[in-house]
Amino acid sequence: MGLALAKLAQWTAAGHGAGTLEITPLNEAILKEIITFVESFIYKYPQEAKFVFVEPLEWNTSLAPSEFESGYVVSETTVKSEEVDKNGQPLLFLSVPQIKIRSFGQLSRLLFIAKTAKLKEAQACVEANRDPIVKILGSDYNTMKEDSIALNILDKITRDDDPEREIKKKIAMLLKQLDRHLLNHSLKHISLEISLNPMTVKKDIELLKRFSGKGDQTVLESIEYTSDYEFSNGCRAPPWRQIHGEMCYVLVKPHDGETLCVTCSAGGVFLNGGKTDDEEDINYERKGSIYKDLVTFLREKSPQFLENMSKQGISFNEEQQKEKDPLSEAPKKDEAAAFHKDISGSDKRSLEKNQINFGRNQMTKRLEPSLNWKTTVNYKQSKGSVKEIQEDKHTGKLEKTRLSVSLGRAQLRRKSAEKIEEIISDSSSESEEDEEPPDHRQEANADLPSEYWQIQKLVKYLKGGNQTATVIALCSMRDFNLAQETCQLAIRDVGGLEVLINLLETDEVKCKIGSLKILKEISHNPQIRRNIVDLGGLPIMVNILDSPHKSLKCLAAETIANVAKFTRARRVVRQYGGITKLVALLDCAHDSTEPAQLSLYEARDVEVARCGALALWSCSKSHANKEAMRKAGGFPLLAQLLKTPHENMLIPVVGTLQECASEENYRAAIKAGRIIESLVKNLSSQNEQLQEHCAMAIYQCAEDEETRDLVRLHGGLKPLASLLNKTDNKERLAAVTGAIWKCSISKENVTKFREYKAIETLVGLLTDQPEEVLVNVVGALGECCQELENRVIIRKCGGIQPLVNLLVGINQALLVNVTKVVGACAVEPESMMIIDRLDGVRLLWSLLKNPHPDVKASAAWALCPCIENAKDAGEMVRSFVGGLELIVNLLKSDNKEVLASVCAAITNIAKDRENLAVITDHGVVPLLSKLANTNNNKLRHHLAEAISRCCMWGRNRVAFGEHKAVAPLVRYLKSSDTNVHRATAQALYQLSEDADNCITMHENGAVKLLLDMVGSPDQDLQEAAAGCISNIRRLALATEKARYT
Amino acid sequence: MNRKKLQKLTDTLTKNCKHFNKFEVNCLIRLFYNLVGGVERQGLIIGLDRNAFRNILHVTFGMTDDMIMDRVFRAFDKDNDGCVNVSEWVHGLSLFLRGSLEEKMKYCFEVFDLNGDGFISKEEMFHMLKNSLLKQPTEEDPDEGIKDLVEITLKKMDHDHDGKLSFADYELAVRKETLLLEAFGPCLPDPKVLIARWNLKLKYSKIQMNSMICEYLNVYIVSKRSWMYIEKSLKLLDFL
Repeated sequence: MGLALAKLAQWTAAGHGAGTLEITPLNEAILKEIITFVESFIYKYPQEAKFVFVEPLEWNTSLAPSEFESGYVVSETTVKSEEVDKNGQPLLFLSVPQIKIRSFGQLSRLLFIAKTAKLKEAQACVEANRDPIVKILGSDYNTMKEDSIALNILDKITRDDDPEREIKKKIAMLLKQLDRHLLNHSLKHISLEISLNPMTVKKDIELLKRFSGKGDQTVLESIEYTSDYEFSNGCRAPPWRQIHGEMCYVLVKPHDGETLCVTCSAGGVFLNGGKTDDEEDINYERKGSIYKDLVTFLREKSPQFLENMSKQGISFNEEQQKEKDPLSEAPKKDEAAAFHKDISGSDKRSLEKNQINFGRNQMTKRLEPSLNWKTTVNYKQSKGSVKEIQEDKHTGKLEKTRLSVSLGRAQLRRKSAEKIEEIISDSSSESEEDEEPPDHRQEANADLPSEYWQIQKLVKYLKGGNQTATVIALCSMRDFNLAQETCQLAIRDVGGLEVLINLLETDEVKCKIGSLKILKEISHNPQIRRNIVDLGGLPIMVNILDSPHKSLKCLAAETIANVAKFTRARRVVRQYGGITKLVALLDCAHDSTEPAQLSLYEARDVEVARCGALALWSCSKSHANKEAMRKAGGFPLLAQLLKTPHENMLIPVVGTLQECASEENYRAAIKAGRIIESLVKNLSSQNEQLQEHCAMAIYQCAEDEETRDLVRLHGGLKPLASLLNKTDNKERLAAVTGAIWKCSISKENVTKFREYKAIETLVGLLTDQPEEVLVNVVGALGECCQELENRVIIRKCGGIQPLVNLLVGINQALLVNVTKVVGACAVEPESMMIIDRLDGVRLLWSLLKNPHPDVKASAAWALCPCIENAKDAGEMVRSFVGGLELIVNLLKSDNKEVLASVCAAITNIAKDRENLAVITDHGVVPLLSKLANTNNNKLRHHLAEAISRCCMWGRNRVAFGEHKAVAPLVRYLKSSDTNVHRATAQALYQLSEDADNCITMHENGAVKLLLDMVGSPDQDLQEAAAGCISNIRRLALATEKARYT
Repeated sequence: MNRKKLQKLTDTLTKNCKHFNKFEVNCLIRLFYNLVGGVERQGLIIGLDRNAFRNILHVTFGMTDDMIMDRVFRAFDKDNDGCVNVSEWVHGLSLFLRGSLEEKMKYCFEVFDLNGDGFISKEEMFHMLKNSLLKQPTEEDPDEGIKDLVEITLKKMDHDHDGKLSFADYELAVRKETLLLEAFGPCLPDPKVLIARWNLKLKYSKIQMNSMICEYLNVYIVSKRSWMYIEKSLKLLDFL
């Protein structure tokens, strides 16, 4: 009781002193509960009712002595009870206006006497006795210790030798019970009253969570709840805080500033006292002003949040929009159901419901402004709500019911409330489904097509017909153009999907077949797919896969193939064991034993396997499903099916393999399982789709060297090369060029391709092709270009021009490939002339500004041969305004590949003394020196070269020493890479011209390392090492000489 | 029946039956006589009368519609003598269990063509579909739905738009959509697999045994195994 009172009751003054209880419905309810408890006490627990309180409960009563009757000694201003304690003191003593009561019995009686003034008396009593339990049971039973009270009490009691122990214990238990009862009771009240809905808060937080994380782009660094436990009403705050309207506490870490501990309450969002030292608890006190929601709060607290939010605004809004969208997804069945309830349900209940809904509506209205920062959304929303109303009208007509106006309104209200619920329930699951398109409906003002009404009628017969009528309705429904979106949506909107899915659960084969035939068609629509999953259709279809009816299996598998086009669906299929069952369908080994006579509704095993493969194809787009498929033994079956001659079977099989080939496990299996052979064979098939998937599968697998060799050994290169000439089907072309690209990583394959004149064809494909083809074509050329002969071919076929033209593109993968080819071609002086003439170097140079590091690096690598081979390279480089500064600044990058490539470019640039002077002015020395501490051998190699080149100017040698580049360089000599050794030795040789550097080298033990290098078979290395040693030695001699003279 | 006679009957019937082999025909003949409970004697025609046959249809093949069952009996009883004799039995079951689509179409059309005039008229359809919709008390005209359903069916199947279904109409529609084969009510064995727990124990009475054998007829694709059971149990019956 004490706890409930202390925590729950809404005191006017915050807590202390003689506060009075506010007259609120909640308080009233609590008091009433207490009254019923006390009143019934005397009957229920007569023994305990006689127990004498340790201290009397005292308060000022409004009862007059005259109101007391038998059992009391009444005088004019006093009343004493006849009942006395063992010391002869009366248990009730009233001297106007103060009253003292010392037992539950007397309390009960008093309440009886008070009659109508009960509530007032109870209130006065509670107000005057802020801690009744202490008074009743003694100070040992202080209830304010929250959680542990029960234990405390029991503890005390067991230790007590009090003769009244038992009774005390009982009373303590009773009070505890009452306490809990009151807490629960008031919680019920609160969840009805709450104004900022916990769901909306939750949604807000989830949304923010999605946009939080590391990096500058996110709106927050982190946001999390303090408590993982969520109560059934959606709150996370402990119950005694919930009555203050608090729902949850959130720890928010913005990018700029300390972690904020925030209270989300019904009244708004505010900063609280933060976590207290003992982990578990939070200082609930408010520490700042109240904001209307979390977002407003954060915008106020964190400027960074505000800024990033406006950046994210668009995507965030999209997200919002997506979540809002189901608003327009009016579930008509719900409405119909609600309508029936309306009529049949008792008035009282519906009234209640409406009240609740009304409240909810208000909530969402309050929430809206916070969620939308862009006016466009508001606009859309208002449009949405207009639509809603219009739709309501439609459905009103649909139901063919005579709606009274008021009922209609109630319905509208309920409907929108239901929608809101739907949004809430959707929001969590939708987060991971990026691929799902937003649900859009046909314009509400557009007249519903006639099909709509016909379909509605058919669905009615589906619902109310026996097997025969159902089959007729199903067949008739199939006559509609189910590929048309209006029909698909019409079926859904009149509640047909539920019925169709329901039919799948019957044991009428014909109905199931008919239903699946329709589902198969309409599931081409992404929205319908989602609806099917939402209605739980997938588990049922997965079960049908076990059916002995082959045509049923086929249809179910085909429908699954259509539905499982998005992540959530695929996950459901897996979770219900669908993958294993689908894999089982593939097993059509008993093909030969098939009876000659096919029964009426039967299909062939081959067909079953085909459908299974189709479904697996769809499912195999998820990583976990690939794994599940492998575990279910899918691979050997697929491999076996690959040997069939049926083209329509091969397509899904190869498609599945191609999807799976992204997994290392599968690639290994493909290599081992003689799959490549079949793939190559099918490349020569007549079916374009099959060719495409085979090429795609080869593309996926050919990352592996052995596989590339296998493709060649099975004669796959020739068909690939010949398919290059068929450019009409772009998807196939992309797959084929991709396969060629990956295959040409092997030199032997390149030679073959040259034989087949594939390189010429590839050059021809450099123009007028979609990007995905171009990426692959250029990639393939890039691999081919590694050989001189091929570079000549490219030049002779006029490939340089289109390649240089491609340098202005924006596709990152394409740019990486193109720069590679251009770089490779630039090795050849003649090609270089063409590139130079076409201003290709400038284009390459400008790619250094590309935001993507891969492109930057690739461009820088390509620049190296250009500068090396261009005539008058120094002049050319200088002619790029700001070009040298740009490249020097790239040394500040943190991408190792970029750094290495830029170092290489700088090495080439520095060959020109004038340019070297310029880059020295741009501060190349300190930048290079800063990079010296690296473990990356590639970077070390190019860095050392760059350093050795840059030493050639002015006092750069000294500068490198000053910037502490020498010591790390010495360490490079310990690396395992001879390229690094050579470059380093050369750099050290250059640096050793400076005496201070020699000393540093010597100190770092360079001499011994260099001595080893002198013994290297690499001549350049020998020479540089020897030169360096001689410089060091010369210095030493000079010093000695100086000392002795 | 003596062995010789049985052998002879089996041979003749097998010759005229394309879907059963000799062994299966033999089983069916024996089953027939077990069901009838006797063999033909001179001049006495013996067979399954309407009630006995309907009972079999109901128990074995899960049919419920009285009218359809009557029509099925008619279709079985080729000579219209009011009972299904042994050759009609074997023929009928051959179609029932193994019939090709063409045969089944012919048979079904015959069943649905109530008055045998070669057309399924609107009235006949109405008659057959009249119990197919759940009666809704709110409907003003309870037959409205059925009429509408008949219209839908006609629209779907009546290709020559003469307001009734000829066999050609029916055939075309069924070939397009096999589900429409039994458009007006189930008149073929239900393709539900009936997995009877077969337990040959002598305590079964002869009648129980017979009905169990019948049940086995409906194991969907009548497999070799089910025929073996039938054979086994028939032997047992003979022994009894």
